[in-house]
Amino acid sequence: MIKSLKVLNHNLSNADNQLSILENELPRQTAFRNKIAAFGYTALQPSGIEVFQINIGKMCNQVCKHCHVDAGPDRKEIMTIETMQLCLVAIQNPTIKTVDLTGGAPELNPNFRWFVTEIKKLGKHIIVRCNLTIILANKKFNDLPDFFKLHQVEVVSSLPSFTAQRTDSQRGDGVFNDSIKALQMLNAVGYGVANNGLILNLVYNPAGAFLPPSQAALETEYKTELFKNFGITFNSLFAITNMPISRYLDYLLVSGNYQKYMDKLIAAFNPSAINNVMCRNTISVSWDGFLYDCDFNQMLDLKVKYPAPQHLSEFNIQLLNTRNIVLKQHCYGCTAGAGSSCGGAVAI
Amino acid sequence: MANHYYNSEDLGKFGNIGEYQKPLADKFFDYYGEVFKNGALTEKEKSLIALAVAHAVQCPYCIDAYSADAYEKGYSQQQMMEAVHVAAAIKGGAVLVHGVQMMNKVKEIAM
Repeated sequence: MIKSLKVLNHNLSNADNQLSILENELPRQTAFRNKIAAFGYTALQPSGIEVFQINIGKMCNQVCKHCHVDAGPDRKEIMTIETMQLCLVAIQNPTIKTVDLTGGAPELNPNFRWFVTEIKKLGKHIIVRCNLTIILANKKFNDLPDFFKLHQVEVVSSLPSFTAQRTDSQRGDGVFNDSIKALQMLNAVGYGVANNGLILNLVYNPAGAFLPPSQAALETEYKTELFKNFGITFNSLFAITNMPISRYLDYLLVSGNYQKYMDKLIAAFNPSAINNVMCRNTISVSWDGFLYDCDFNQMLDLKVKYPAPQHLSEFNIQLLNTRNIVLKQHCYGCTAGAGSSCGGAVAI
Repeated sequence: MANHYYNSEDLGKFGNIGEYQKPLADKFFDYYGEVFKNGALTEKEKSLIALAVAHAVQCPYCIDAYSADAYEKGYSQQQMMEAVHVAAAIKGGAVLVHGVQMMNKVKEIAM
C-alpha cells in the first residue's frame, strides 16, 4: 500500500513548504489577490455561511494520487465525539442549511452514524462525500446505502472516468470495479434513479496535469456510458479542478508539470467565477475543530483570519461573516475556466 | 537563437500572426473557433479528427495541442493511437493507390 506524505515524512507534508513553492513563482505570476483586485475585489468576503463542511478524519481506505488531504489508511487523525458535539451546537444557526461530511473516508470515523443521525435531527441537509469503495471494504459497511437512504443523505462520489484504466491510474488498482459495484448498490436502494429525493452525484476530476473539460458534455457522456455498460444512473456530475497542493502538487513537481499547470490555471482565470467560489458560502472545519475558509486552506493550515474565531469552541457566525478570506496562489484553481467548487463548475 | 525550426513555445504565439495581417488573421481565428464548436459533431469528436489530421499533415504544434486536447476530453490512449492509424492508413493508401497510375503508365509503354 502506498504511504501518505505525512508518514513518509515528505517535504510536502509540511504546509509551509507547500506555500513556499506556491508563492515562489511571484512576481513572475500575478498574485491572486492582485488579479481579483483588477476586477474590483480588494478583498473577498463571505456571502453568508450556508454550508458547514466538516472533515471528520483523514483516514481512508484508498490512497489516491491527487488527494489534497493526503488521506490514507495510515492517517490517524479522527474527529472525536466532543468535537462533533461542538459542531452540533454551531450548526444550529438557521443560516446553515447544509452539512457536508468529508474526510478521508468519513464513514471510517467510529461515530459517523451517530453524527449523521444527530445532524438530521436538526433538520439539516446532509452531504456525505463517499468514496464508493468503502461500501465494499468491509461487511460492516455493506448497509451504508440503506443508512444513507434512511437519513435522506445526498451522496457525492468521485469517479474520474467511466473507464477502469483512467480511474485506477488515479485512485488505485481495482477501484473502478468496486466503485461500479457500489454505484449499483446505491441504485438498488433508489439512489440516482428517480425523482425520489435520493440524490447521487458524481465528481469528475482530471487524472493528469490538465483542467476539466465541459461539465455538461462530460455529464452527458458519463450518463450514456455508465448506463450502457453497467446499467448505472445518477443525478448530476460535478467537474472539479485539481488543486496544486499536497499529493497533487507532488505529482506536478515530480512529473515536471508544475509550472505549466500553474500557467494554465492563471491563463484560464475567469472573473465571472469569483462571485460563486465556495469559500463565500462555506466554512470548513478540521478533525480537531479549527475553522478554515475552505478544505484547501485547511490542508495548507491557513486558518480563518482574525478577528474571526479560529476554533469551534469560539464559533461566532457574525464575526465569520465579516472576515476577509485568506487568498493564496492555489486559489487560481477555483477560478480557472468554468470555475470549480465542491459542487463543480461555478460559471458558464 | 536555438538551432532548430520548431519551438514548442511558438504554439502560444500563434495569435501573433495578426501582427502582420490582422484582418485575415481575425477571419481565420473566428472561423477556427466556430469550426470546433459543438455542431452535428461534438467538440470531443472534432478533437479526435484534429488529432488524426495533425499527424497526417505532420504539424508538431497541432500534434502537441490535440494530443493534450483529445486526452483531456476523455479519449483513451488506445483510441488516440487508432486515430493515428486511420491517418496512417489514409496516407499509406494515398501513396499506394497511385501505384495504379504507375501500372497504367508501364502498361502503356511496355511491350
